[in-house]
Amino acid sequence: MLNRPEKPATMTAEPILRLEGITKTFPGVKALNDIALELYPGQVTALIGENGAGKSTLVKIMTGIYQPDAGAITLDGEAVHFPSAHAALDHGITAIHQETVLFDELSVAENIFLGHAPRTRVGFVDWKKLRAEAADILKNMGASIDPGARLKDLSIANKHLVAVARALSIEAQIVIMDEPTAALSHKEIEELFVLVDLLRQDGKAILFISHKFDEIFRIADRYTVFRDGEMVGSGLMAETDQKELVRMMVGRSVDQVFPKQEVTLGETVLEVKGLSHPTEFDDINFTLRRGEILGFYGLVGAGRSELMQALFGATRPSSGTVTLEGKPALAKSEADAIEKGIVYVPEERGRQGAVIGLPIFQNISLPSLKKTSRSGFLDLAREFALARKYAERLDLRAASLSQDVGTLSGGNQQKVVIAKWLATQPRVIILDEPTKGIDIGSKAAVHEFMSALAAEGLCVIMVSSELPEIMGMSDRVIVMREGRIAGEFNREALDAETLVRTAAGIEET
Amino acid sequence: MSDTTLSPRSIPDRLESPLASALKSWEMLLALVAVAIFIFNSLATPYFLNPWSLSDATFNFTERGIIALAMAMVIISGEIDLSVAGILALASTAMGAAAQFGVDVPVLIAIGLAVGVLCGAFNGLLVSGLGLPSIVVTIGTMSLFRGISYIVLGDQAYRGYPSGFSFFGQGYVYWVISFEIVLFLVMAAIFYVLLHRTSFGRSVFAIGNNAMAAQFSGIRVRRVKFVLFCLTGLMAGLAAILLTSRLGSTRPSIAFAWELEVVTIVVLGGVSILGGAGSILGVVIAGFVMGLVTFGLGLLNVPGIVMSIFVGLMLITVIAIPIVARRIKSRR
Ligand SMILES: Nc1ncnc2c1ncn2[C@@H]1O[C@H](COP(=O)(O)OP(=O)(O)OP(=O)(O)O)[C@@H](O)[C@H]1O
Ligand SMILES: [Mg+2]
Repeated sequence: MLNRPEKPATMTAEPILRLEGITKTFPGVKALNDIALELYPGQVTALIGENGAGKSTLVKIMTGIYQPDAGAITLDGEAVHFPSAHAALDHGITAIHQETVLFDELSVAENIFLGHAPRTRVGFVDWKKLRAEAADILKNMGASIDPGARLKDLSIANKHLVAVARALSIEAQIVIMDEPTAALSHKEIEELFVLVDLLRQDGKAILFISHKFDEIFRIADRYTVFRDGEMVGSGLMAETDQKELVRMMVGRSVDQVFPKQEVTLGETVLEVKGLSHPTEFDDINFTLRRGEILGFYGLVGAGRSELMQALFGATRPSSGTVTLEGKPALAKSEADAIEKGIVYVPEERGRQGAVIGLPIFQNISLPSLKKTSRSGFLDLAREFALARKYAERLDLRAASLSQDVGTLSGGNQQKVVIAKWLATQPRVIILDEPTKGIDIGSKAAVHEFMSALAAEGLCVIMVSSELPEIMGMSDRVIVMREGRIAGEFNREALDAETLVRTAAGIEET
Repeated sequence: MSDTTLSPRSIPDRLESPLASALKSWEMLLALVAVAIFIFNSLATPYFLNPWSLSDATFNFTERGIIALAMAMVIISGEIDLSVAGILALASTAMGAAAQFGVDVPVLIAIGLAVGVLCGAFNGLLVSGLGLPSIVVTIGTMSLFRGISYIVLGDQAYRGYPSGFSFFGQGYVYWVISFEIVLFLVMAAIFYVLLHRTSFGRSVFAIGNNAMAAQFSGIRVRRVKFVLFCLTGLMAGLAAILLTSRLGSTRPSIAFAWELEVVTIVVLGGVSILGGAGSILGVVIAGFVMGLVTFGLGLLNVPGIVMSIFVGLMLITVIAIPIVARRIKSRR
């Protein structure tokens, strides 16, 4: 399915950017230790490594957000250093960061051109030109986003595309993409790859970070592998394979097979009838049986997250019923849903999931405080024990449990968010893009955990845009399109093509 | 090549002991500042190192400090209550009016506290019920509450409080130890437990750092905020009892502009004005610092207007310090 495009013949060109001996230490962790990296014009270099290996830290050093403790950066043969984000931008380096830094209250066009807006001759922002150029960029990307829309009204996938547009609007020679596909579904990823190809043909040097090997093999010319802050290998993609990369990255081989256990499904636990929302979804009917993993597939914007948030009491549906074990269970609030045993692991980690500013253990215990405290009084020992149990099971990489979650790597933040809701021991757990941004080894751990929970009689709803995950983990898959259920398939009848077609609304021929 | 083990890596609870982090904390620094001012005061004037002057010095902050304890929780939750002085004035006026009918001391106290809670609940309803920003709501109710006092009193004052009433603001529990300072310390202990040792306190921190994630974690954000405003109102009512008792009279201008001094104590105590971080211990020490400073300036015969300039400068400085510090830190 993934055939590799023609590679340019310039594989032996001189690197445009060279990093040497880069070291960066944070309290309790050496995030980068004597790192070397080279980027070549007209080539895509994949940077791979486990969660917390130091990838994003390096990106922040290359874009002037962090200052390295030691090391040198050479650009076009000249020694450079970036005391600020602006300095890096001036040198033609731009990045799409893992946690996109955009402004909710500004328009799409303003976000794209913030800091480098076109000016009129007298020095004022040339609004007409700004809007026209923004519209141009978005059109070239094939993104149907209104440049005048406020950013906060966009879906996360579209926000991500705005970040991509922003990177394109800067006349950069070096484009860094830190997990740009994590929030995107199949269709948008395809569009992004077309863009990356354009950039490559333009002679730009691209650094591409992703945990998805199919993407890396499809798009990258070279690779560099990090493990625990050290560079453990680099070379040409054509001369390696996934097994070797994984071994370099993890230090052992990982069984990539999804460890779905066979379970005999029990009685119906959750029943949703005619659930509708004025704008987001319409007439949703489904049931969920004990021990079942029910996958929800669809394009971004199909209304899956909105539906799940309604089940969790975060949004109010306009009509319909929900019954849990025979009792009405339409949640009035998030607290109500948690009490009933329905929990939701949200997709938007930074906004809805992690409480950045609080330590890891307090994040994990937050929805379980009723259990860990004694008549309202905190019991730190119990909180630490709870946090440790789930953190270790998910292979969290952290310096200590008292570390602020905000200082964890993106994938490790996601693990904290999953741990936090698993720790409530729910009856129904809804996971929205659960393994987004998680490395291959930990992904297997999360899947194993899900499978084990289902075997213990928990019901799992998994929203995912990743086909292999959906197909590997689900007992049954519901495909949503434009707020409605477009199809339902049993495990035996699962087939990638059918799922994609149903999600996109293309009739079978 | 090093080989990573398959067993999960164990993660320590903490990197440094609580004691080590306490030594590096803002509270520690503040305590040193308090000691320095103490030494400065005792060198500057021979009257200072006298048990009775020291005792007098505490009256400069006990009432404000009691409000600051509750204000700290409101600010940590990401809100603010600027109407506390207005609540105090209204509660004092209500007590004064009741005193004219010759009611007993317990009834007066009940009235003071009840008016405080009701005013706080009104703020809380507007903020959590209607979702209005607390800074706007409480600037409005600040004028509203004090305005009612002005309508009731005009340029008059209430006097004639029953004789037993004077104990709260003027009485001593033992030797030079006033009822006010004891009450302040007891309230501080209660608030310490509430903020740092209960799940309610934890939810306050969670809300201040990320209200949406807190809501998704099953915390009833609006209810918590409502309770916080009621609590602040209650403390303002309590402060009204103390201040009214100490002054022996109520004028509508009572405790004018106290909200700023209260906020200054809270922020000086290390509570982030942006919400999400802070401690009761810091607020208590900051109370003492403010008391020592104003008392010292008083001993040096510094005029009142200079003192308010001083408080203003202090407020700006303590708000600026953490922000500037963060900026310098991120530069490195
Ligand atoms: N500001 C910080 N303070 C303390 N530690 C930090 C900070 N930023 C990063 N770290 C630590 O540095 C290490 C590397 O983190 P980094 O974000 O670079 O990982 P990553 O490779 O991008 O991982 P992921 O795949 O999960 O995004 C982690 O252990 C992280 O906890
Ligand atoms: Mg990262």
